[in-house]
Amino acid sequence: MATDTLRLTQIASQVRRDILRMVHACQSGHPGGSLGCADFLVALYFDTLKHHTNFSMDGKNEDLFFLSNGHISPVFYSVLARSGYFDVKELATFRKLNTRLQGHPTTHEHLPGVRVASGSLGQGLSVAIGAALTKKLNKDASLVYCLHGDGELQEGQIWEAAMYAPYHKVDNLIATIDVNGQQIDGSTEQVLSLGNLRAKWEAFGWEVLSMDGNNMADVQRGLAEAKSKTGKGKPVLILMKTEMGNGVDFMMYSHKWHGIAPSDEQLAAALGQLEETLGDY
Amino acid sequence: MKKYTYTEKKDTRSGFGAGLLEAGKQNENVVALCADLTGSLKMDAFQKEFPDRFFQVGIAEANMIGIAAGLTIGGKIPFTGTFANFSTGRVYDQIRQSVAYSDKNVKICASHAGLTLGEDGATHQILEDIGLMKMLPGMTVINPCDYNQTKAATIAIAKHEGPVYLRFGRPSVPVFTDADQKFEIGKAWMVNEGKDVSIFATGHLVWKAIEAGEKLAEIGIDAEIINIHTIKPLDAQAILQSVAKTGCVVSAEEHNRLGGLGDSIAQVLAQNLPTPQEYVAVNDSFGESGTPDQLMEKYGLSTEAIIAAVQKVLARKTAK
Repeated sequence: MATDTLRLTQIASQVRRDILRMVHACQSGHPGGSLGCADFLVALYFDTLKHHTNFSMDGKNEDLFFLSNGHISPVFYSVLARSGYFDVKELATFRKLNTRLQGHPTTHEHLPGVRVASGSLGQGLSVAIGAALTKKLNKDASLVYCLHGDGELQEGQIWEAAMYAPYHKVDNLIATIDVNGQQIDGSTEQVLSLGNLRAKWEAFGWEVLSMDGNNMADVQRGLAEAKSKTGKGKPVLILMKTEMGNGVDFMMYSHKWHGIAPSDEQLAAALGQLEETLGDY
Repeated sequence: MKKYTYTEKKDTRSGFGAGLLEAGKQNENVVALCADLTGSLKMDAFQKEFPDRFFQVGIAEANMIGIAAGLTIGGKIPFTGTFANFSTGRVYDQIRQSVAYSDKNVKICASHAGLTLGEDGATHQILEDIGLMKMLPGMTVINPCDYNQTKAATIAIAKHEGPVYLRFGRPSVPVFTDADQKFEIGKAWMVNEGKDVSIFATGHLVWKAIEAGEKLAEIGIDAEIINIHTIKPLDAQAILQSVAKTGCVVSAEEHNRLGGLGDSIAQVLAQNLPTPQEYVAVNDSFGESGTPDQLMEKYGLSTEAIIAAVQKVLARKTAK
């Protein structure tokens, strides 16, 4: 394994521990999707993004990231803290009264790193397009990234945005879909099949790539490929296959851990599978 | 009664269009989005002058609100334009989460509000938009009364930091306010000082209140008329000062009586100075097709309806 890939994998292990401990401490939150997207967000924040942890809302001349599927806030908060936006100790306040780490990400409490509220699904792609348009108007060559759940694609607004971005050549945008195939009521196949996602996004005019979201080397490769496709007249979309609950054997292969917290025993068992690489908060 | 005259009638939406163009000239960060109603919203002049700063989003209002929220990140001041119904009810959650809760500097500009949209009927005639918007924390809600005031308000909100809902309409109505007026958000405008009754009117009802005031003067009733162009934040001081003098209130608005200007005033009065109040507003119903004048008459938003409300509330004041 390449040195940087190993380093990122180690960070991801710590982030997974953070996720589980945060959700366990308040006995609420969404561990499944958070664990599944840990590798992606670690690669993004520790390798891909050109960004400043000295946070400014406007983010001029830096890459921006928008989390549209806001319920995976534990992984977002952990990665923001671990990359230096705020003290990792604050992770202990997740979902507790007077916290800046609200159940779903918000700007209202001025948590550094968050640029829009999300939680009500389907809105983040439009916001990311707007931010990308402002970068073009400002002659700012940096990029805009966003992440969406696959279940979230059932929201109509996503397809309004999907139609807009290619037509208006928003080619400084890289959207990633977390294709874990699960949602609250079951698999996406059972609840409302998404059909052929590649064909759909290609038909809308996007440059569509794919990667294995739980293989760090492939995430690095996929993000680099996506970046190489920007500036060519088309928005870029990555279909990222992940396993909900990835990293904890008993949380995988089911939608069960979408939105429930582990017990004391389950936490201990899960942490036993994840190396503490950077020190728990 | 102070004399008001007008030499022309113009639609308030054209005031918006002129104001948007002016705001765009004053500040290059002003950008505009429209959901396939550029002509109706009178945004074509801005589009022509600043094609790179105009975004045609098609019939996709939810996406428009989200894009507007994103455009603020990096310093743009987006103005969205569509009919009032599609500016509010259709996209309430997008405004709530991506704009209001996210503290984004988006100006939601809504034409064809209320009954005076006319023949298209109730699917397009929203009478609940003021209520929807004023309930959102941090949202400023403005409903100017004529072309000049709408133009001035449009220029003013570009300089105001924070989300704004700006409501205006379709029909041509008298232009009676000053062309060079200074628009102050949240500051009520004294139209006529009087002592017998306070008429608080907003939007198209301000001119009707003036007409009512003239007729009331003829029968010896001295009405104070105040234009509440900003429904939120409400100028409570101006309201209380007036009511302390007159002792009774008529509120007048082209909106459902539930959740509009009248309710905002009633809340201020209930807490500070309980006072008899009558509503000139739509009585909890949808609209229908018809000409603007026919609809305003049928749904009780006419000059005569204001006069009747004044007489009713004066009787209540006397009986008190």
